Amino acid sequence: MAEEDEFEPKIIGFLCNWCTSAAADLAGTLRIQYPANLHPIRVMCSGTIDPVYLIKALLSGADAVLVGGCHPGDCHYVSGNYKARRRIAMLKEIFKTLGLDEERIWARWISASEGQEFAKMVREITEETRKQGPSPLADNWAV
Amino acid sequence: MTKSAILPVESGQICKTINDFLRSLLSKKVVEAILVPVTHPAGNDIVQSLVTDPEYLEQADVLAPVLPVISARIVSAMTRLAPVSKKTAVIMRPCEMRALIELVKLQQAQLDNLVLIGMDCPGAYSLDDYQHFVAKNSSDDFVKASWQEKEDSELRAGCQICKYPIPLTADLVIGMIGIDLKKGLLLQADTEKGEQVLQELDLAVETNSKIAKQREKAVEELLAVMANKREKFFEQTGEEIGGMEKLSAIFAPCIKCHNCKTVCPVCYCRECFFDSPTFELEADKYLGLAEKRGAIRMPTDTLLFQLTRMTHIGVSCVGCGACEEACPSSIPLLKIFQLVGNSVQKLFDYVPGRNLEDELPPVAFREDELEWIGEK
Repeated sequence: MAEEDEFEPKIIGFLCNWCTSAAADLAGTLRIQYPANLHPIRVMCSGTIDPVYLIKALLSGADAVLVGGCHPGDCHYVSGNYKARRRIAMLKEIFKTLGLDEERIWARWISASEGQEFAKMVREITEETRKQGPSPLADNWAV
Repeated sequence: MTKSAILPVESGQICKTINDFLRSLLSKKVVEAILVPVTHPAGNDIVQSLVTDPEYLEQADVLAPVLPVISARIVSAMTRLAPVSKKTAVIMRPCEMRALIELVKLQQAQLDNLVLIGMDCPGAYSLDDYQHFVAKNSSDDFVKASWQEKEDSELRAGCQICKYPIPLTADLVIGMIGIDLKKGLLLQADTEKGEQVLQELDLAVETNSKIAKQREKAVEELLAVMANKREKFFEQTGEEIGGMEKLSAIFAPCIKCHNCKTVCPVCYCRECFFDSPTFELEADKYLGLAEKRGAIRMPTDTLLFQLTRMTHIGVSCVGCGACEEACPSSIPLLKIFQLVGNSVQKLFDYVPGRNLEDELPPVAFREDELEWIGEK
């Protein structure tokens, strides 16, 4: 159990059905340990994720958000992840321009066979976010 | 090979010259209808009107320094389902035309049978300021005093930092920058369609005329001045805006009326996500959220709405400033959307409304780009 005053980051992950979600499954099947800070949401394709959901998560208490998709070139729907990539780039650019923490928006391309990679990624994002501390976006009741 | 003609101005009546030209388009059957700003019969208000009878052009006031409705929205409403079947001219300000090009790319408007008439834009006042202006002044006076060295800080915020006060995709351009307006206006064809109109009007057409070149040079200088102004503006605004606290303060007065979205010419969805019940919750859920944080602002999601609008239309934002004018809480929306728009447009080297060929960044992609996204 974590100490009560220790900060446990909350990370909302939008993971594509065909690759990153499957990798999460594999990590579980392989019994690889990784932090429970990631709250996964399965979507059919990273290309279906409108930035509104990422912003909503960040404003509602998430300390970081993650978009997980197939490797570029390997999208189950041919080009969904390329489009996701542009949208994430845009969202990050907007955050940067507005002086918001764009580092809290993550993207990773992890295939169905990369269970180890998946666990490693969750560890990495959790640790990074822990270092960053609680998100100032999450801590505002009046927005 | 720029073809152009001169529309002679008599006794300083610039608006009348333009109206006469528009009238000739109808009377010579070059077009069947014209979409044009007209003074409302009840008084000083300017309304967009679709005119088929040349008589109604008497009250046309193309240069009235006010932008009540961004006409791209009207063209979109007219042509979304099917293009116009009869040749129709639309006379638009440069920002309106850029918005129209974006809407065409978004499949919300069709250009077939339209003749796009653009004009060098002297800018406009806010709706309120225009009422004060029009009580004492005429559009002719306004245009004559435009594009001078002096700063006109009374103009709408968007006009003060306009990137392109000249039409980029017009068939015909009414050129006024760098031209002696007492003598005449330049009517320049930028496309074959435009050249054809010049021919049909039986005007004395010149190729690469001296006046056209004179305007070109003046335009180049003006664009450099505007670019400079914009750079300064971005620097300054970047300092003013920054961080959650400042952003939250800027949008604190937002009442979520969605006016900005309603008037925005490039907010293209037929049904807005924020009008949908997606984020509508049952009472207990609101109570739960409030309990978690101690309080929640109601209605919820004001900042979410604004940030989402930035991600949806930032890349197509033409900087017309209609959002800021429509905001009952006087939130400096233009400032923020131009700042944000400029940065995402730069990311994809995209200029909204520059041409029909450049693909809209959110629907296009390249395999070899943005490789820093998703890397370890």
